This record gives sequence, structure tokens and C-alpha cells, in this order.
Amino acid sequence: MSRTSIWALCLGLSMAGVVNAETTEQKIERLEAELNALADEVERQQESASEAKTSGRTKVGGYGELHFNSTETDDGSASKDELDFHRFVLFLNHDFNEKTRFFSELEVEHSSAGDGKGGAVELEQAYIEHDIGSNFQGKAGLILVPVGIINETHEPATFYGVERNVIAKYILPTTWRVGGVGLSGHNAKGFSFDAILHEGLNIPDTFNIRSGRQSTGNAVAKDFAVTGRLKYTGIAGLELAATAQYQSDFAQGAVYGGSATLLETHAAYTRGSIGVRALYARWDLEGSAAQLADKDVQSGGYVEASYKVTPKVGAFVRYNVWDNGGVGDTEITQTDLGVNYWLNDKVVFKADYQNQTASNNSKASDGFNLGMGYQF
Amino acid sequence: MSRSNLLEKRTAMRYNVLLWMLLVTGVLMLTLKTVYAEVYKTNEAFLSEVFAGKVPTPAHVWLRGDLKAQVNKILMHPYGKLRVKYWKSADKSAWILEEIGKEKPITTGIVINQPGKISKIEILAFRESRGWEVKYPFFLKQFLNAALKADQQLDKPVDGITGATLSVRAVTKLARMALLLHQHETARQGN
Repeated sequence: MSRTSIWALCLGLSMAGVVNAETTEQKIERLEAELNALADEVERQQESASEAKTSGRTKVGGYGELHFNSTETDDGSASKDELDFHRFVLFLNHDFNEKTRFFSELEVEHSSAGDGKGGAVELEQAYIEHDIGSNFQGKAGLILVPVGIINETHEPATFYGVERNVIAKYILPTTWRVGGVGLSGHNAKGFSFDAILHEGLNIPDTFNIRSGRQSTGNAVAKDFAVTGRLKYTGIAGLELAATAQYQSDFAQGAVYGGSATLLETHAAYTRGSIGVRALYARWDLEGSAAQLADKDVQSGGYVEASYKVTPKVGAFVRYNVWDNGGVGDTEITQTDLGVNYWLNDKVVFKADYQNQTASNNSKASDGFNLGMGYQF
Repeated sequence: MSRSNLLEKRTAMRYNVLLWMLLVTGVLMLTLKTVYAEVYKTNEAFLSEVFAGKVPTPAHVWLRGDLKAQVNKILMHPYGKLRVKYWKSADKSAWILEEIGKEKPITTGIVINQPGKISKIEILAFRESRGWEVKYPFFLKQFLNAALKADQQLDKPVDGITGATLSVRAVTKLARMALLLHQHETARQGN
């Protein structure tokens, strides 16, 4: 090979090296692409591991609340100093696919259940929900009655007061769950509706409405009930709603029975740190027996004002008045004052003072309550 | 009226009520399925709308050190990914982020303009059974023109929805996170 040829070969090889060598910019781009590909893979594996842990479409959640109650009746005839793990609830929900899902809520009340125990194990929800349209669902199973403010959303971090308010206990029998089928829908203007056909109450001859809940446990189903709700939430912070329920025989065929009609309406408004809630509900029980017992009309309501001192601390005052009927003056009032401290979104500590008044002093209890609640 | 006649009358009334309920339900289902039909915007459609059809190549912001700690503080839990993808043009950045409301992720598209304020926010997928209000303009308009304060809270109040506190908080967290990441990337790139 001549000297000229060798030089030509060397020149050619060095030129080829220049053409093939990565520039710094190209190298950075390549490394960046490789790093992103690596990160994609790590994130994909993390997501797969996370889905595997929760069986993909099955979710577990829950809430619970521990209460301390210290109250005494106005006449001193009864007092209560109790520490009670009032509710321990587990959710188990499953998405069959994008349109059909299952919800359930299983509760242990008062910590233990069984012979001689004060508690209960209760199925509070177990239903299938199916998207018939994007904003239109059907549901069937054991469902919560769409009434009031806290019957459907009752996790402790979502309301003020250690105990649920008294109207949601003595007039609206929260947690009120029924077996049935229902439809619900909403639109972009903030209007929504719920309509359900469900098992009726089976109210005893004391006309105690809360005792009439059957909770779908071998429930007498001679007479069904229908419930409808219209709700407007088209302004941020505002909720206006009205519920009506009708059942043609609240005693499921017993001689003292008759129709039962419930009307409930409420408003809730939150603006900045200030919140206001008001609710009114009324039962009308038909029939001479209910009239004779003076239990044919049972009604009650409350107004509540709250103020968030900081995002974590809020104070409230609530005035409740209710009357479950009966002989004489049976109206009871209760004033609540208290604070909530949210440790975070899902953990809350509560304290409140309650003052009841009634014409019969043995029916009115005053005292204070402390509570801790959580949800996940 | 005798007791047996009364019970017969009640039974007949019950069946009438049930029959009417079934009929009304059938008609309602057919009507409402049409009336309540709604289609979510895809991520691609959202980006195409934001960038007038010329969607830039996505960039990534890596979550490390202080930035990671700040994101975790806003979310109140560790963010599950190493990076966040975003799209940027000269005058804005677009973010598609997810956060769990009660138990399912809410996918949210957020656009931050160059002064560092939210100029557009849309829910691209809402999967929860309650709290659906957050996907509509009557709720989301509260976020428009919101900026991030030094304490990483929004500089304007957001009114909630009764019974949907967790969905509201999830969307608020995503708005704060998008503003924080926009600030970080703007500072890093010296814009």
C-alpha cells in the first residue's frame, strides 16, 4: 500500500469517527429518554404492585368513633358516664367493570355483640349500582334512604358534634337503611333526584318510628314504601333538598295501622369559614289509634351555625326542637355548643356541651360529650 | 267498613301503587338515559383545546428533595410517582393530575398561565358515586385566577359541597400542586 493510500485510509476512518460520535446534546437527549423509559417502567411496576395489593378493583375502607358521654337528667333521676366505641365500620366495595359496582358497609355497634351485650353487628349497606347513563344510575339491594343531611354521609369527620344530631335520631331514624330498588340522576345545573321503592316501616303500637325500622332482616314486606328526593347544589357551598315518603300501611297489616307520610326539607350553606344548616321533618301517621295516642304527628328540626377558626379548628352551636307526641307537653329542646379539631382530613377530635329542656325533667339530659373519629 | 274489607282495599291499593311505579320507572329510565347523557373530554381533547391543536412534546418535572416534600405536604400523603408529566408553551403550562377523593381517583386538567394563575380547570374523569358537583363549572369556576400564596394555599377561598368534602379537597389539592409545579419549572427554566 502506498503512503498516499495509508493517509487516505486514516483520514477516512477519522472522518467516520466524527460522523458516528454522539454530540453532548445527543448524549443528554439519549440519556434523558433512557431515564424516562426507566422511570416509566418503575412507575408501571409500582402501579401493578399497588393494584395487586387491593385486588385491583376491590377497595376496603371504613370509619369509627369513640365517645365519652357524661350526662344527667334535669331531675337527677338518671345519669350516664360512659366510654363507648360507638361505631366500628368497614366498607368493602368492588367495581365489576366501569359501569357496575358493589358497595357494602358492615358495622359493629358498641364494641361487642351477642347474648348480654349491648352492641350489634349490622349490615348497613349492601347494594349494586349500575350506570344506566353517565349521570343516571340504578341501584338495588340494602340502601340508605335519601333523606336528611347525614343519613347517607355520616362519617364523623363530616359533621359537628360528638353524637349525630338528635333530629337524625328521634325524627329521622338515622342510619336508615332499607331493601329496595332505586334510580338517581343529576345534571350540569346542579339538580339531582333520587326515587326508591323499598321495604316499609313496621311501626309498633307505641308508634315509635325508630323502632319501626326493619333493616331488611326478615323484614315484613306486606306493604312497601316509596321515597323521592329533589336536591339542588348548583351554587358552590349550597345544598337545598326536599324528601317525601309514603307508605300505605305503617303497621304492615296490624289493626292499629294506617298510612304514613314523611316530609323533610333542609338547607346547608358554607361560605368561607362560615357554615349554616337547617332541617325540618314531619311524620303524619293516619288512623284513630295513632290519633288517640296523640302520636299522629311527630316532627322536629334544627338550625346550626359553625365557624372555622382555622382550617383545622371549627366551633358550632345548634338548636334542636322535636316532639314525638304522646300525652301532655312532649316537646323537647336541645342546645349544643362544641368544637371539632381535625388532625387531618380524615381524623377528628370533638367536644360538645348539650342542654335539654322538657316539661318532664326526667326526659331532659344535660352534660358534655367527647369524641374521636376517623375514616379511610 | 269491616277489617277484612279494609285489608283487601289496602292490598289492592298496594298493587296499584306498585304497577304505577313500574310503569313510571320504565318511562323515566328511557327518558332520563337520554336527558342525562354526558361525555367526558379525553386527555388528548383537553390538551388539543388548550394548545389550539398544536400540543407540545410533554416534559417531566422530577420530584426530588424539597419539591417532593412540598408536593407530599399538599397532598397529605406521599405522591406515588417519580415525575409529573406536563405540557408547556411560551405563555402557559398544562397539567393532568389525579388524586383520590373518597376512594377513586379524580382526573383533573389544569392550565396555569405565565403570571402563575389558574386559567382553566376541568374534570376529565370523575369515578366516585358522590360529590359529582365538583365536575361542573358552577363549582370549578371558583379556581379561576387563583394563585399560590407563600404558605402554598390558594389565594382565594373555595366553598365546599355538603357531603362531598373529600372530593372538594382532592380537586383543591391538585390545583395547589399544579401551581407549585408551574412555579418550580418557571423558576428552574429562568422564565
